[in-house]
Formats: sequence, C-alpha cells, structure tokens
Amino acid sequence: MALLQIAEPGQTRNPHEKRIAIGIDLGTTNSLVASMKNSLPEVLHSDSGHHLLPSIIRYLPGGRTQAGFEALAQAVIDPKNTIVSVKRMMGRGLSDLTNASSLPYEFIDTPGMLKIQTVAGPKSPVEVSAEILARLRQIAEDSFDDEIEGAVITVPAYFDDAQRQATKDAAELAGIKVLRLLNEPTAAALAYGLDNASEGIYAIYDLGGGTFDISILRLSKGVFEVLSTGGDSALGGDDFDHALMQAVLDSAGITQLCAEDQRSLQLKCKTAKELLSTHPVVLIEQVFESGKAVQLSVSQEYFDELTQPLILRTMRAVKKAIKDAAVDSTDIQGVVMVGGATRIPAVQAAVRALFNKEPLNDLNPDEVVALGAARQADLLVGNKNKNDEWLLLDVIPLSLGVEMMGGLVEKIIPRNTPIPVARAQDFTTFKDGQTAMAIHVLQGERELAEDCRSLARFELRGIPPMVAGAARIRVTYQVDADGLLSVAAREEISGVASSINVKPSYGLADGDIARMLTEGFQSAAGDMQLRALREEQVDAQRLLEAVENSIAQDGALLSAAERLEIAAKMVELQELKQHSDQTEVIHAAITALSDATEEFAARRMNANIRKALTGKNLSEI
Amino acid sequence: MSVAVVNLSESSSNSTFKDYFDLFQLPKQFGIDRPSLDQAYLTIQQEVHPDRHAQASDAQKRRSLQMATYANTAYQTLKQPIKRGFYLCELLGLDAQLETNTAMPKAFLMQQMEWREAMDAARKQPEVLEQLQEEVARSLKDYIHQIAKQIDQEHQMNVALESLRAALFLERFLEEIDHRITALI
Repeated sequence: MALLQIAEPGQTRNPHEKRIAIGIDLGTTNSLVASMKNSLPEVLHSDSGHHLLPSIIRYLPGGRTQAGFEALAQAVIDPKNTIVSVKRMMGRGLSDLTNASSLPYEFIDTPGMLKIQTVAGPKSPVEVSAEILARLRQIAEDSFDDEIEGAVITVPAYFDDAQRQATKDAAELAGIKVLRLLNEPTAAALAYGLDNASEGIYAIYDLGGGTFDISILRLSKGVFEVLSTGGDSALGGDDFDHALMQAVLDSAGITQLCAEDQRSLQLKCKTAKELLSTHPVVLIEQVFESGKAVQLSVSQEYFDELTQPLILRTMRAVKKAIKDAAVDSTDIQGVVMVGGATRIPAVQAAVRALFNKEPLNDLNPDEVVALGAARQADLLVGNKNKNDEWLLLDVIPLSLGVEMMGGLVEKIIPRNTPIPVARAQDFTTFKDGQTAMAIHVLQGERELAEDCRSLARFELRGIPPMVAGAARIRVTYQVDADGLLSVAAREEISGVASSINVKPSYGLADGDIARMLTEGFQSAAGDMQLRALREEQVDAQRLLEAVENSIAQDGALLSAAERLEIAAKMVELQELKQHSDQTEVIHAAITALSDATEEFAARRMNANIRKALTGKNLSEI
Repeated sequence: MSVAVVNLSESSSNSTFKDYFDLFQLPKQFGIDRPSLDQAYLTIQQEVHPDRHAQASDAQKRRSLQMATYANTAYQTLKQPIKRGFYLCELLGLDAQLETNTAMPKAFLMQQMEWREAMDAARKQPEVLEQLQEEVARSLKDYIHQIAKQIDQEHQMNVALESLRAALFLERFLEEIDHRITALI
C-alpha cells in the first residue's frame, strides 16, 4: 500500500521554517539539553521546572526505570540498582576502573565494556546513558511539541575513540540523530566567544564531575581554532568527594562499608564539598548500619590539603597543553572556567596563580557547554545564513598508532593534529608466503602497546603469497570531524582485496545496537518500520531539493549527458518517494542519486575553493 | 572505530589541484608568506569543512570529509619548513631517501655526538637542558636559512636534500631534549 502524505491542518511544513535542533551536555553528574529560542541559546527545563537532570538511572524490577531527581531520591536505599556517574564507565572495561571496589555495584567483567548487574538484568554503560539521553530528548520534544531534527552531543575533549563511540551508540539507542560529537571545552568556547565577541588566545579549564579537559584555542573572525588539548578522562569533582570520604573513613578507622553506607556517605561528602566553597568549616556526620557513628569537622584548609594532589594533576595537564599549543602563558588573554567543580576556591586560586589572571566565569559553568552545543546544532541543521556562520577547527586529543614487533607502538597520527585527518602507513610481510597479517590499533602516548588503549585488533587475510617484504599493505587511518577513527586496508601490489576480521576491543558491534534497538526500546516493531519509512521519505525530499538547488546554481559545471543522467535518477527517486512503501527501495534510489552527483559535488567544491581564494566567478575559471 | 575495506583513491578527491601550493594559490617555492597561507587555509576550510555540509547528500559529505582532510594535510605540510622542503623535493621527483641514506658529513656527526653527551650529562638540570635546546634551535634555524637559499636561489636540490636531512635530525633531537625537560617539570 502506498502512503499518501497528508499534512495536518496548521502543520504544513514551510521549507524555510527553522529546524529544531538541540545541544546535549551528557555530564557525569548532571545532564542538560539546550536549544535556540528567539536566536539565543536557552537551557530547556523539564515538567517539574528543573534545568539540570541528575545523570542517574534507577532500574526497577521488570525493566522500568526512574531518572534524574526521582532516581537520586532512591540512591541511598537502592544503591545497587541506582547508577550514578555512568560516564566514567563509558567505553571502559572493569580493569580500567581504579575505584571499582569503592563503588556499590555488582559488576560483570564482560569483554570490551563492563556491565552492571541490576534487578532488570545486566546493563552496559551505553544502555544506561541511552536512558538519560531518552529523557533529555523527551524534555526537548515536550518543550517544542515537535520532532527534533538532530542533536549535537558534547564529550570531554580528552575522550578516546572507545568513549566517543560509546557515546554515539548511546544516542543512537535513544533514537537521537547525532549531528556532531562536540568537545566540551570547544562548545564552551563557542558559547563564551560568541557572547563576548572575543578575539585572541583563550584557555578553557573544564573540571566536570568526572572528567578534566584543558583546551587552548585561538578565536578570530568567526573561527574557533583549537591549538592543543589535554586532560584526564578519569579526574573530576567525584574524586574530590572520594578524597573527603576517605578522610572520614580513616578518621573512624573503617575499611569496609556496605553499599547503602557507601552511597549515603558519598552524597554527604559531595554536599560538604559544595558547602565548603562558601563556608569556612563543615561538619560531616554519619551513623553507619553497624550503629557506629562518626563526626568529622572539615575546614577549607584541610579540604584544600586533601585535594591538593588532584589540583596539581590538572595543573600539569594545563602546562603541557600550553607547551603543545606553542604559546606562552602570557599570550593567553583569558581563562574560561567550565564545570561545577571550578567553583572550588582552591581550583580558582590555582588557575589564577598559573595564568596570573582572574579566571572568567560570567557564564554559568554548569550551562555553558550545553549552550554552545545548542548553537552548533542550530548551525548544523542549516538555520544560519552563510555570513553569520562560524567554523570550529578541532584536534585529536590522543595519538593513534599501531603495534609493531616487540610490543612497541608506532604513532600514525600524533595528538593535537587538526581533524579531519587521514594518514596511511605501509606494512609488509615478515615471512615468505605469508598470507595473513594481524593489526592492532592503539590510542595513547605511551611507548608500549600494553600501556596504550587497545581500540581494535583485525586480521588481513588473502594476501597473495610473495617473498618476505614484497607485499605492500596500505593501512589508512581516517579520523572524522567527530574525532572517530575508521581504518581501511588494501594490498597495493596485487590489488587483491583482503578480507578483514575485526575484533573491536571496546565499543559495541553494529549487531549489538540492532539487538538493543529491537529489544523493545519503547516502540513496537510496526511503529519502527513506519518511522523508518517516513525518515527515508524526508531524506529523499531533502536530497531532491539539494540537487535541484545545486543544478540551478552550478549546472554549468555539468555536461548535457551528465545532466540527463542525474535528471533520470531524480525522476526515479521522486516516483519511489511518492509511491513506494519499501524503505530499502527508496534508500537504494537515494544512494543511486547521491552517487550520481558525487563528481558534480566534487567539481562544485573545487570551483568554490577557487572562487573563494580569487574572488572570481565560476564561469571565469 | 570502524574498519572497512575500501578504496580511498586520493587522486580523485583533488584532481583539480596539482599540488598543495596550487590548492592555496601560492608560488611553488620554499619561501612562504605565512599570513597568506593561514588565510587561504581558513578560507578553504570555510568552504569544505564537514560542518558546512552537515545537511548534504552522502556523496557530498564524503567529498567534504576528503577535501577537509586534504586541506589539513596540505596546511600541515606547508606550514612546517622541513616538511615543506621535503615536499618540494618530492614534487621535483627527488627521493628523500630517509630510510636508506643516513650518511651525514663528519663534522655534523661530531657535533651531534658532542650535544648528545651534553644532554646525558645534564640529566637532572632543566636549565642546562634548556640552554642546549636553545643552541640546537639556533643551529636548526641556520639550516632553514640555508635550505631557503639552496632551493629558491641556487636551485641546488640535492644539496638542499642533505641540509633537510640534517635539519630533520636536529628537529628530532630537539624533541628528545623536550621530552627530558618535560619529564623533569
């Protein structure tokens, strides 16, 4: 049956109507969603009026979940099923967690990413994050009473490939179209720079709940160029809570805690930390399940002393980033403070001392990342005029390499290389007649493979037998604008395509995502099919309009025959879009038209480069 | 990350541009006007960056990724004098022989050994290492000046290639000193 498109009265979509796009700050402690309203970014609030959604999910028997404040209220009585700070576990195995023993969960050490055993079954960090993202999507949909075109989701700049991929997977699972993964400090710089019309070199010091980032950027005429980035994806406000918690336990001589005591004391220490930003002394009191009671009076000085090593760790990363940016700390015009933990007076004092400048915090440090993401999302869905657009040029935070013989790492793309970037490396065979080769992809700065993060291992098979050293296997690393890596390989001499057998060390295989999606994430299978068909029709319409526009503008770049071929594909797609109810058929026609215009797209882009550099019209080139 | 067997044919993505100099519309020589290069790079990224094509067809997105990647590689190559020098040699059909030809003039090697000993002796003294770093950096700068002359004025590419190899040596040595200083801070 063909589907007829009928618009509801008053809901006809004007092609020039603004598309709704959102920016999401998926934080360790709190998450936020923001969008443009009347040309200014604004944090959206939930029904209950909250701007922040605590990044907490509680699993109930049967699979129902509670989120945010509702889950927070139960965090102490049901610690095992109430997952907090899940961001610290994204893309991580159990052995990566340094504080696993002080967390109240029942971990499952699954290959790749860890899982947590809950009353609703084992849950991966990706699934927990997807629950948080689904809530944020709901807040946005309720706020606009409309569908969301897509989202920019922020990640710590220092997130590696496994953590980024896990974040993207979580969004997909939550039914969100990801327009871009954006680095948190870059998002903050965007919000800050556009609001203040700043020019010059700025440092963004971003100490969140569980991650620390430092980025050095150059802002000039609408370009935000990241010069260097650094940080620690396992260092944040949580660690300040833990330092305080350890002090309480030490003072009481306690070494073992039950899950409930642990959670309750942790929350008390978090509150105490926050109070210490404005109070000279705070009293922490706790009565444990055993009946034992403890009281500890904590002064600001004592707290500073306890957390000094953490602040020093951030300062080391800052110094390294300044050096990597090849600038002097006196060149830096301002330091923007981002993240709730930058409210800690000792953090501010350390930043002030290092840069010899008063840190900038005129934008709310909890909101600035989401606000920047909302601006970028608005830009990416095409709501801006070309002249009002800005450009973000980001870098890769950690070097990418490959394991060589003897367990050493050969760096293929060094850290702080601007993205997108591609580098190729040739490999050859070690023995006569060798037909297979194992390639181990790594990320990190250390020299030994075992000290770096393992991203994937894959095998090339079907290399034609040759003498040792004769084969030429070219492995190309491509990092896209999201900072995500893809690897391609081919045998150069024989031209024989080699088969690749991938075992990603972290992250999910595509099959896992498909399974989770079908495992009944809210919607029934029928709804999903209908939704997929509708999305395909919208994509078809968009492509047809785009091609039509390109031909109207630059049709002169095409020969008559090329024009006819594209026109034929357009007619075909138009026809299928209106009369076919088969998602795959429409999809194939979209791909066919898209491919037919690839050369045209290339010519247009090249012509536009010439035009931009010389100021000449297309016809003159 | 994802892994796939694909043909990344680099040649088709930039068939209109003869080389990196042509892309940025700069003269094919060693001496370069940095502000012009920076400006041309930003102008091109404004056109080709994936953020500019987020709503385009898959084909156009692919092309955008390739072109933005190409522009980044081109910029990083021309921005750095040693890379730019080797690239010019490559364009003229000269093999840099980085792996096979490690022969260096004797005086150069003697100097290297002397510096290396100085570095080892100054193991725990960041100030001494910094002094050494400055000295090596000055020497590197001299080489860059020589290379400019050898390529742009004397057109002695083979001589320039030898200077380039020496400069690369010094650059790597500087990185090593840098690592040691960083480790001490």
